[in-house]
Amino acid sequence: MSQNLETAEHPETLRRVAIDPVSRVEGHGKVTLLLDDNNVVRQARLHIVEFRGFERFIQGRPYWEVPVMVQRLCGICPVSHHLAASKAMDVIVGARRLTPTAEKIRRLMHFGQILQSHALHFYHLCSPDLLFGFDSDAARRNIVGVAALHPETARQGVLLRKFGQEVIRHTAGKRIHGTGSIPGGVNKALSAAERDALLGDVYTMIEWCRAAVALVKRLHDANPALYSSFGMCRSNFLSLVGADGGMDLYDGWLRARDDRGHVIFDQVEYRQYARHIEEEVRPWSYMKFPFLRQFGKEEGWYKVGPLARVQNCDRIPTPFAERERRELMDYAGGSPIHAVLGYHWARMIEMLHAAEWIKDLLHDPDLLGTELTVRGERAHEGVGVIEAPRGTLIHHYTVDENDIVTMCNLIVSTTNNNQAMNESIRHVARRYMHGREITEGLLNHIEVAIRAFDPCLSCATHALGRMPLRIELRDADGNLVDQLTKDVDGTVTAGS
Amino acid sequence: MSTAPSRPGRERPPLLIIAVGNDSRGDDALGPRLLRELMQCEAPGLAAGEWEAIEDYQLQIEHALDLTGRRRALFIDAGSGTPAPFYFRRIEPGVNPGPGTHVLTPPALLAVYQRIERQSPPAAFVLCLRGERFDLGDDLSPAARHHLAAGLEFARGLLTDTRLAYWTSQLRD
Repeated sequence: MSQNLETAEHPETLRRVAIDPVSRVEGHGKVTLLLDDNNVVRQARLHIVEFRGFERFIQGRPYWEVPVMVQRLCGICPVSHHLAASKAMDVIVGARRLTPTAEKIRRLMHFGQILQSHALHFYHLCSPDLLFGFDSDAARRNIVGVAALHPETARQGVLLRKFGQEVIRHTAGKRIHGTGSIPGGVNKALSAAERDALLGDVYTMIEWCRAAVALVKRLHDANPALYSSFGMCRSNFLSLVGADGGMDLYDGWLRARDDRGHVIFDQVEYRQYARHIEEEVRPWSYMKFPFLRQFGKEEGWYKVGPLARVQNCDRIPTPFAERERRELMDYAGGSPIHAVLGYHWARMIEMLHAAEWIKDLLHDPDLLGTELTVRGERAHEGVGVIEAPRGTLIHHYTVDENDIVTMCNLIVSTTNNNQAMNESIRHVARRYMHGREITEGLLNHIEVAIRAFDPCLSCATHALGRMPLRIELRDADGNLVDQLTKDVDGTVTAGS
Repeated sequence: MSTAPSRPGRERPPLLIIAVGNDSRGDDALGPRLLRELMQCEAPGLAAGEWEAIEDYQLQIEHALDLTGRRRALFIDAGSGTPAPFYFRRIEPGVNPGPGTHVLTPPALLAVYQRIERQSPPAAFVLCLRGERFDLGDDLSPAARHHLAAGLEFARGLLTDTRLAYWTSQLRD
């Protein structure tokens, strides 16, 4: 674990470097580094500077609207919110067990989201760093650069995304603003024509996913020292697992392991999440810091997402992905991987798993069934948890007798990873920024560590003209000494 | 959301309009709102089947495939700190995404298209309406409503005369 760089003893005597906002990360994130006169990092923080107000947005709405409207929270993973809210509302309408058709349609939708999200992250966001190097020319360190030098890789990334979106379109009804999942089930099954259209491509997708896993393994093999240490943050892990301990990204029970891989708790019903997870508020960030209650806030923080899930489960229930999981576990040598570049390897294993599951589901006759919804005894409180692409996503609602949502609590994946991201940038800052000149390449190391988690920070707004990247260097009196600006077209300008 | 999906085996409509934005984010809704109002208008110079419209939260890499088979693309989006009430610019590929987010800018999308399709993209334009506030749950700001009205009138003109020379003559910063 990193030594504590969260709060310096005398910040007023330190120089300040701000990275605002973080490149290729959604929303409004900012990294600040306080350096002393010898350029030694004394404080490092990832700030979330936009207040989300998600809960306020949802309170006062009829419960049946919620699965649709929560998609507007995030333009990157709307399906995850759609399904987590639906699962919570299943409880409200008394749907204790969905019909086989409804559950499989939802799972298919979810795996479409996992596939397209992981493909976007790997091919569009992180592959430029991995293929060109963190210090490479910033002008080509992007997806266009990848397309220029690795055209087939770039093309596969685009088509994998497209395939995932097609799965979502067929199951949710639309590519965006989908309405397919409703409290108690789904409102449409797949037609035979839709199924056959997807079956026509799915085997190619599986092969491309296998190639993506192989590419990540080659990167690890080419530079094991870097991949085994970069952004190291030892922590607990948290994820859902199935009843048999296998990976289950749609439903299951909570399991947590400590940093050495020992199980802390297992088979915990997720509606009991608040008994095990507490959220801490810190004055310098709008994003809360969750931790496991039994270990307290100092030792109880954890990682979620692909690296947690792949190492938390006992097996993956599809053959190619399970073979790759075993190889990752062998590579780790009996101790969990905590270096953050391991996220990319785990993410590609999950992408392969998603493609294999989609194939299996498309061969399942239940997918074409006609029994789509169930109802039961009404309840006033519901919790829905799902393993979203970035990690565990918790939706919790109470609904009054007039069907109006009176309480909403969301713990999104990026919030679950908040402390881990902070610890990771502290590790990188200590290792790469001591006594060095501040350059775009060095600062990109910080961004690489954050991007490994694939954070999504209030990501539904995007207007043109936004998102310049500015790095400010300030003296102890707060005076601007120097600055580095990266414009929306990627141009880096030194000086004011 | 494709509002007029192409039929399999048929040639795609030559003009693609992509409106980008989130209805629940205040003025971020400007693009989708303009598109929906535009679709209610009659466009004397444009027959049904000659254009297709897509609405999405954000531009993603797979939108490059939506450009395939087109002769013209129009991106409609909200802007922050951009000229009021709107700008209308022709764009070219080759501009890097830079410090965007999970999303692509329109020029970067053209560049992705060029690389994966190995050919030049369609002639492409951006109609960017200035927004003022983008908070979750906000409605359009008063200024954005004015910009929407001005942009709608301008866009109707573009659909009335779709000649490239006319569009090029209408560029506005």
